[in-house]
Parts: sequence; structure tokens; C-alpha cells
Amino acid sequence: MGHTIFDKIWDKHVVKIIEDGPSVVYIDKHLIHEVTSPQAFTGIEKRGARLFRPQQIVATADHNVPTLHQELPIKDALSKFQVDTLIANCKKHGVELYGLGHPNQGIVHVIGPELGITQPGMTIVCGDSHTSTHGAFGSIAFGIGTSEVEMVFAAQCVMQSKPKLMRINIDGELKKGVVSKDIILYIIAQISASGATGYFVEYAGSAIRALSMEARMTICNMSIEMGARGGMIAPDQTTFDYIQGRLFAPKGADWDKKLAAWKELYTDADAKFDLEINIKAEDIDPMITYGTNPGMGLSVQGKLPTIESFTDATEKQNYEKALKYMGLTAGQTLLGMPVQHVFIGSCTNSRIEDFRLVASIIKGKQKHPSIQTLIVPGSQEVAKQIKLEGLDKIFEAAGVEIRQAGCSACLGMNEDKIPAGEYCISTSNRNFEGRQGAGARTLLASPLTAAAALLTGKITDIREILN
Amino acid sequence: MQSLQKITSRFIPLRIENVDTDQIIPARFLKATTKDGFGKNLFRDWRYENDDETKPKADFVLNQKQYAGEILVAAKNFGCGSSREHAAWSLQDYGFKVVVSSFFADIFKNNALNNGVLPVTVTDAFLQEIFALGAEATLSIDLAAQSITIDATGSTQKFEINAYKKTCLLNGYDDIDYLLSMKEEIEAYEKVNQQ
Repeated sequence: MGHTIFDKIWDKHVVKIIEDGPSVVYIDKHLIHEVTSPQAFTGIEKRGARLFRPQQIVATADHNVPTLHQELPIKDALSKFQVDTLIANCKKHGVELYGLGHPNQGIVHVIGPELGITQPGMTIVCGDSHTSTHGAFGSIAFGIGTSEVEMVFAAQCVMQSKPKLMRINIDGELKKGVVSKDIILYIIAQISASGATGYFVEYAGSAIRALSMEARMTICNMSIEMGARGGMIAPDQTTFDYIQGRLFAPKGADWDKKLAAWKELYTDADAKFDLEINIKAEDIDPMITYGTNPGMGLSVQGKLPTIESFTDATEKQNYEKALKYMGLTAGQTLLGMPVQHVFIGSCTNSRIEDFRLVASIIKGKQKHPSIQTLIVPGSQEVAKQIKLEGLDKIFEAAGVEIRQAGCSACLGMNEDKIPAGEYCISTSNRNFEGRQGAGARTLLASPLTAAAALLTGKITDIREILN
Repeated sequence: MQSLQKITSRFIPLRIENVDTDQIIPARFLKATTKDGFGKNLFRDWRYENDDETKPKADFVLNQKQYAGEILVAAKNFGCGSSREHAAWSLQDYGFKVVVSSFFADIFKNNALNNGVLPVTVTDAFLQEIFALGAEATLSIDLAAQSITIDATGSTQKFEINAYKKTCLLNGYDDIDYLLSMKEEIEAYEKVNQQ
């Protein structure tokens, strides 16, 4: 029987299989940030151990940083202390840090690929659930807790059981106005927020092959939102073209050697998955979420489920809880509903392609007067590219400010929050209660759908603008 | 890590599905650089009105005096979302030793086990049996036997845990000590596999 791409990479990284237990899995790259690393550094110091392979770790500050005036000292004392702790820890333990002000700084899952750190065939971990993003390059990448961060510090390994494997095939052509964010929101709405728990997902099919690397990253990024350990896409020419020439990409003879190895990373035709799901690209509309988990999503033209459609008492109770939090009514449509905020950013949709998409919609137009915006590039490099391409002028002319790189209103750790009771169309990944600030009401959507709301002040089918 | 063998306790029923780690510990409390003191902010926004400790929400189970115990029982898909281990630290600091659900998110499950908090997966039907019990009822968990029992009815179920993790938890061992002891094997692996 053939092997999946997951098997090929996993098997190569298993140092030891513990009987009736997990495997000891070697980690090629470890990405760290200020929020989930301090206790791991303390832990390793308490044990009197040293970092085993500090040169395989890259650090950045992203979760807990302001997106205005990064050149000034951080005002919030706790945030400043946390970022300063990262600086001190990296210096002490010899870890490369791309901190605030560094040209390589940005959201950890944006800079890894952008700098060519993320490469096919690697195992990559980070103390952040959206580490699955890096799977877009044909790597095994997954989020870990702080105890596991400490394990990687100690031994460059984690202890994990081999997950079950799922393949999701998306074939056909996407309709106009439908982008990769809609694909993943559609998948999660189909299989629920826990539908892939225990699985690692491979995305395949002609619709996936046709996507750019940025678009593939958006899909792999949200794998965790259906419970999957991670998501991945077999590397192809699109992948190789993206990597070649980047700062840490292999060069010269090393490139040729690596490229030859990367070309072997595909799922054999006779490989078997524990579960396989087939989706027609044509069935996908622009999507939006209405509830308090990413599985509660529908076509922007759709109606919310009725209460009667839930037979299970707990499920019904949970749906009613979500409706109350969101201030919505069962059976209603979202189209035309006013929103107050638009957030474009996060490790899901803050790459240059996302800004190009938004710019293509708002070019020559004005932001709706009732809309407040948080427009946050994923990295210093994205911010630089926005200027280079003159996109900043388009945003400026539309009356929209572009901020500095960071996670921002995706998780509301810094001051970028949505006020209680107000609605935000967000290109981020989570619509949990309070995620964007206590009482904030998040509607997840694509950058195109967010751009449409930016102009109209309400939930809009992007196809009305495109036509 | 604290060892855990047997526990008999009353429980707190949290009849909510898809409890994500943002609810368990909201992001604004992640600015800490130590593992201590997260318990007081456990389920913060479900516990208090407008973030005000003097205004507990009467409809939330942690504020209902009839419920107590070292066991949290939650509806399916507990611990989904963010990988923040702060969620496990908060539950532990609050005093929970066991979380029972019909389904756990993967990263949370690992984080809990790495902090001596035992996730016990039961069937949906068994979960409903627990939710139907009164506030005085107790549950008994025996890790060595891998069993959970409703003491009043004698209804019992086996739960899964891999042998390695079970040994760790029974004895209070942790993975990092294990990995540190493997240093030579890991170096040998690197020589063969890493250029």
C-alpha cells in the first residue's frame, strides 16, 4: 500500500515509538512568541538544562504588541514586561529574535513562510494553534502547549501519537467572488467545529492546486477550527516558486538537492485515508459566520437555522445561547444587516494578496462613514510591499488607516478591541464569545466580503459589487 | 507534576458544548510570565458581569453554591480553539483535578495531561446520566483501573488513556525528564537524518 505525504514526513521524523504510548517526534523548526514561551524558558532554567538546539528556533513578538507607534516603548506595563522577557530570554539562550522594529518582525505564521524558514518536508511547531498554516508548504506543522514548548527547548522533540488521516478533495472551479477563505469556512460549516478532531487533514483536488501559496495558507491556517491537529497541501511548482530566492531558502547546489527531495512529497495513488470528503468548488458561495464557533457559518445569501431544526436538547440550548450573544434571530438572513467594524488582518488573512484583494474592491471609493476599521498587515515585509505597490494610497484615499504588524483584534490582547455589543466583519479565524473584546460580536468572512462591508456599512454579497 | 490515582468528589456540571479556551481563560489574562494565579480568572466573562468580581452572574454554575468539587463535567468538544496552556493552568489552579466530557479537543487534552489534570472521555449517554444527577451526587475516578463510576447508581464506564501517559500521571513523572534522558538517542537520530 502506498504512503500519504503525512506518513512520508512523519515516519522520517520519528526518533522512537514508545510502546502503548506516543512517538518521540523530531522537530526541524520551532517558532516562538512572547505569550506562550516565558513559562517554558523558566521551566528549562529551573531544571538546570540548556536549550538543546537554539539555532533551530526563531522568535518574534506579535500577539501582545501595539499596532500603532511601535517605535515608542509599549505603554501597557504587563505587555511591555512580557515582550521584554522574550528579548531577555532570547539573548540569554542564543535564540534569533525578530522583535518590534526589526524588518523581519510580524505574525509568526506570516514571517515563517515569507522568510523561507518554512519548507516542504519539515516538522514545525509553535505554541500557537494556527501553526497549521505552515502545512500549506507540505510540512507537518501543528500547535503545541507551553509544556511542549519546553520539551522542544529541552530535546528538540515532542511526544505525540500519530493522528488519523483525512483527505478533503475540492475539485472544480470557484465561482466569482469566492476565495480560499470561503472554501475553508464552507468546509468547517459542513463538518462542524469538531468534525476533524483527532485527524490531520490533507487538502487536495484541482481547486486547491489552482490556489496561490497565500490562499493555501488561509485554508491550512483554519484546520484547527474544525478540531484537526493540522492541515497540509502537497508541494508543487507554485510552492517551489514561492520559496525560491527567499532569505532562508536553500541556495545553489543545496537548492537543487532540496528541490529533488521536495518533489517526492506527494500522496501515493494507492495510499489510504481514514476518512475522505469530496467537495465541489461550484457549491461554495461567499461565506459568513453567524454564531460563536467557526462551524456556525453559511452562504452570505443564506438564512440562519430555525430552532426546530435542532433535535438534541443541549445543541438547541447552545444555539440559543449563541443567538443571544450575537443578538440575532433564528431563521433570519444576514444580508443588509449593519456592521460597525471591519478588521482585516490576522495569520489567516493579512498577507500581501489579501491587501491586493481589498484594494481591488475599494479603489477609487470611500469607506462608509459608519464603519470603523482595523487594517493590520501581517508583517513588516507585507507593510513594505503594500507601499511598494502603492496600495497604501488606495487605502488612504478611501479614508482607511493601515496599522503596524501584529495579531491585533484577532484575539484582543492588545488595545485593538471591538466594543461590547457591536458587530465586526473580521478576516480572522475565531468568532468565539469575547474573542475580539468582551461582548464583541464577530462575523468571520473573506477579505472580499470584508471589503464590501467597508464600503456599504452592512453585510453585502461581494458579487453585487463585482457585477 | 502532581500524581493522580483515585478521586471521589462532587462535580460541577457545565452543560455547554464547544467550550473554547478563550472562555476558559480570556486572552487579556495571557500577559503573565508565570503559571500562577490563573484560577481566579477561570471562565472570567461567564462568571462576572462586566468583568466585575463583585457582580457574579447567578446563572453560571461556578457561582451556584449548591455545586462544588474537584471534577468539572462539560458537554462535547471541551477545550477547542487556542493552544494556550493557560487554560489547563486555570482549571488546575481553581482546584479541578479531572475534566469529564464526551469529547476533548486534541491540544487541550495534551496540555491537561501535561499538568496533571485528567481528561476523562465518556459516551454521550453516560454524560447525560451525569448531567441528570443532583448536586450532592459524587463521581469516583480510578486511573489505574481506567474507570469512572456514578457512586449513587453504581453506573460505571471505562475510559481510554495511553499506557505511557497513565504511568506518568500515576507517578507524577513528566515528559521533559523522559526526553532529557533520551539525549544520546536524539543526537544519534540527528547524525543520520539531519544534514
